[in-house]
Order: sequence, then C-alpha cells, then structure tokens
Amino acid sequence: MGRLLNELPVGYCPAYSLDSDIEINAQIPENLKRNLDLGLPNVTESDLLRHFTNLSRKNYALSTTFYPLGSCTMKHNLLVSERIAKFNNFTNLHPYQNSKTIQGVLEIMYNLEKDLCEISGMDYFSLQQAAGAHGEFASLLIIAKYFKSIKQKRTKVIVPDSAHGTNPASATLAGFDIVSLKSEPDGSVLPEKLKEILTPEIAAIMLTVPNTLGTFERNIHEISKVVHENGSLLYYDGANLNAIMGVVRPGDMGFDIMHVNLHKTFSTPHGGGGPGSGPVGVKAFLDPFLPVPKIEIAGNEFVLNYEKPKSIGKLKAFFGNFPVLLKAYVYIKSLGAKGLKNASEQAVLNANYMLARFKDKINVPAGNRCMHEFVLAPKASFKSAIKTLDVAKRLLDCGYYAPTVYFPLIVEEAIMIEPTETESKETLDSFVDVLTKIILDEASSEPQKLKDAPVNTAVGRLNEVEAARNPVLRWK
Amino acid sequence: MDIPGNLKYTKTHEWVKIDGSIAKVGITDFAQHEITDIVHIELPEIGKQVKKGQPVAIIESVKSAFDIYTPVSGKIVGTNDSILESPENVNESPYEGGYLFVVEFDDEKEVESLLGAGDYKKLI
Repeated sequence: MGRLLNELPVGYCPAYSLDSDIEINAQIPENLKRNLDLGLPNVTESDLLRHFTNLSRKNYALSTTFYPLGSCTMKHNLLVSERIAKFNNFTNLHPYQNSKTIQGVLEIMYNLEKDLCEISGMDYFSLQQAAGAHGEFASLLIIAKYFKSIKQKRTKVIVPDSAHGTNPASATLAGFDIVSLKSEPDGSVLPEKLKEILTPEIAAIMLTVPNTLGTFERNIHEISKVVHENGSLLYYDGANLNAIMGVVRPGDMGFDIMHVNLHKTFSTPHGGGGPGSGPVGVKAFLDPFLPVPKIEIAGNEFVLNYEKPKSIGKLKAFFGNFPVLLKAYVYIKSLGAKGLKNASEQAVLNANYMLARFKDKINVPAGNRCMHEFVLAPKASFKSAIKTLDVAKRLLDCGYYAPTVYFPLIVEEAIMIEPTETESKETLDSFVDVLTKIILDEASSEPQKLKDAPVNTAVGRLNEVEAARNPVLRWK
Repeated sequence: MDIPGNLKYTKTHEWVKIDGSIAKVGITDFAQHEITDIVHIELPEIGKQVKKGQPVAIIESVKSAFDIYTPVSGKIVGTNDSILESPENVNESPYEGGYLFVVEFDDEKEVESLLGAGDYKKLI
C-alpha cells in the first residue's frame, strides 16, 4: 500500500502517492526537492547536550526542591507511574482505534471510575475533564441541565469568600450569577447565615472541604440539610481531597456532585510537569447528564456509549488525558485502600507538625489545628516595609519553592503552606527554620536582603506590574 | 489616607460623587492602596441597567482580581475608557482621573443610605 505524502484541496495541487517499494527520494518530483542547504545551526553534540542540561538545571521542580505550594498538593509523583505510562502498549495507541482493540485501556478507565466512586462515595464518574476548573465547569453545566430537565428556573450559585477563585469563574462561565457568602474567621460556613441567602433561585452552593484555610467544615451535615430543603444542590470542590481520603467521603456528607484533581490527590505531575485531569463524580440522579462517551460493559466487552440524550455532550477531544488517568490508576493500585488513608493521615500530620512549630512565633488566623494545609498571617511580625512577597522571593534564594502567597484573599499578606505526606521530618524542620528566620530575624535585621531577593536564581526580581501592563510576548 | 469630605462612600470601598441624578463612581484611596498596582480593568457597557450591590466592573492587580459593585441602581451612562489603556491612573488619581463609571440613578433613598466621609473613615 502506498503512503500519501500530501493532500491539498481539489484544484490546488495534485496529491502525490508514494510507492513503499521504491526508494522515497527517487519518487519526489524534482521541482519539490530542496537544493539548498537547510541552514540549521551546527554545534557539537557535547555543546548541545550542555545547552539542554543547563536549561533543565534552571527548573524549580519537585525533583530538585521542596514545593510547599498551598492548595496545589505538590506531592511526590511516583516514578513507576511515569515508567508505565511510557509503555509502547499505551503510547502507540490511536484514540480512533476500534474499541474492540483497546479493551485493556477501557478496562483501566472503567476500573478507575469505580475506584474514584469508592473513594468519594459518588455513584458515577466521568474522566474526560482536563483540569480542576474544567471539572467545575462541567459540573455546573450538569447542574444547569438538571434543573432545566425538571423545569425549575434557578439562576444563582452561592460561593463562600473562602473558596477557590476558579469557583465563581466557572459558575459565571456556565451562565450563573454568583452570590458571595462571607465565611467565618476560620473559613467555615455557618448554616444560619447560609439559610438567609438560600432563595428559590439558588441552584447550588460550591464548597471546598476542608476549606482554603485548612479547616474542616464541621457543620457539613446541617449545611447539606438546609441546602437540600431548599431544593438546591451541593457541589464539592475536590482540590483538598488529599486531607480526607479514606477517612470521610463527600458522597456521605451529602454532596450531589464533585470534581477531583488527579494531578493533586492522585500524584500525577502538574504545573509545568504535565496536563491535569479533573474527573466529575455524581450521585445516580445526575448520571444521565454526564458527558459522553460513557464506558460501559455490554456482554463481555467494554464499549463507549454515546447514546445519552440528556448528556451535556462532549467536553474534550477523545476521552480525556489518558496518560494522567493511567498514572492515577497506578497510584491508587500501588497504595491500596490502606495506603490512601495513610497518605491523607500523613499529609494532615505533616501540616499539623509544621503548624505546631510556627504557631507560637507567627500569627495563624485559623487556630492551632489544621487539616492538610494552613495559612500564616505574618503581617504583625513585619516591623519594616517588608511584605509577604519579599519573604517569598527570599525563600527562592534559600533553595525552596515559595508557598502560595496572597491567597486566600480573606487573610492579609497570607502565606499558605501544604507540605503533603511525601516529605520527611528533616525537610519540614529545615523549611520551618528557614522561613521563621526570614520572617522574625532577617525581615528586621537585613530588610534590604529581602527586597533584593532573589539573587541566587537564573533571573533576579522581575517587575510583575510591568510584565502585566506591558507584556513582551515574543523573543526579538 | 485621602477621604474627601464632599463624596459619599460604600462599605465595599467605592466612592460616589452626586450631581443631580448623576452618580460618578470610583474606588477609594484606601482601596487602590490595598489592591496595589492595577494592571487590568473591565468596565460595564454603557446603557446597562444595574442594581445596587451588583458587581459591574473588575479591577485586577498582580495580587488578584476584585469585583467593583455599583453603589446605586440605575443606568450606566458613562465609563472612563482612558483607564483601560492606563490602569495606573486609578492608583495615582483615584478620585479624579481614575474614576470608573457614571450611573444615572433612579432611587434617591439609595443615595441617602450611603456613608459620609466620617463614617467611612471609622470603617477603615
């Protein structure tokens, strides 16, 4: 069979068909051959190798440094997952292959759905969504379609001010108006306050449990009760699932719909490390609205079912970021039920250990206990004109990735720390020592050192304001 | 912190300048200071009907994005388009060149419920 070299619109240029039995060069018409040198730069292999190795050394990555980025769950990414995801059996597949020829892959996805259901207490999952916010958006489309199907006009979604910024953005994009709810000092929601704004127009409330201040929503059952009495739905933002895995389940708390971040909780790389994945889970009554295709078992084979008339449709090319799904599946199967529970317990223990070491020295707005992350409010410790931003930059000089800063918005000059379960006590201790020294000593004794930071990195302090106002988007 | 005595204020840090049935709206000196250097602004469309307390504009700094609420109900009759190109004007001149939008308001009572300079000062 010949190979098609090129095919252009009819009448533009004829397509050339190549015969695989004859040497390719001999078959290319003379007028299409390049007779000039290609003009590529010539360097020695050793120079090229050094160039790319040196570029790679400029990376800040989990494989080079502690990454206590609050709300991002930057846990260690299992190397065995990477290895398995690179197997030819997976990398050589084409998404348009007949489903009969990819039964193993469909089985993995089917099993992953079932595992996520067990972990979360939901009835069904869709694995298509490419990231957390994509999962939120899909969920809100599902909520909108559900209310349309039962002929209720509900146009508003409640979002507490302690929520992730993506929550109001996703709800707005899905066509809802946002009702903001002021949270308590520890970021939690009071059922009585919630009740006051629960009108017949409210379609859903979006909650993150534990919330962004790292505290568990103690009144979740009462919240669930008042929300459902109002005919509204309860949405779980799974960004912080790493704190409760194997201990409590959103489905049991009363949540109707949720997303999980495989790239946070289930150890797949994210940020610059690779694409994400934000599967959406629902209780059975919302299943008809999940995106197509759905993986089902028909007889003794796995099939892709596109026949779901109430579905919100397809949200992503093919079936989602499959390698990410695969890595998450490897993680779940490697740890098992006990291991997952242990991961959450260790994550919470690590965060509480760090918090305990900070709490007598630096202000902690949400109290002395936390779940998997906590927020410092160092403003009172700053005697000079030092800001949290300067502290974060100084941390880079000390060899650490800076934690999340200025989030959540409800804490002034916030520093949000999430150590995850995969760090050793030694790492946690040395980070606490360094950060405490910067805030309590250097900020007063050597403020200029903080203002000038970073000096040990590939580039110094960048002008963030100018970069946003007049971005230079092209190398000239 | 500059809080001009001739303006009205909201708890969400907008200022209002009343002239007949026209209200000019911006953010206070305190607000611009808290937001820090502004890098992007979205303004409402002219002709849009707005309700008191509704988010109608967005101000973005390198820190975060902030909703700006209209202090009165009515119709948007003007916007300060110069700040779209030069958002730093809101930082430099929050009460003059850095105003945001103008509302033709329809309820005098809403204006009466706004804060005076003294009350706003106590708030911050």
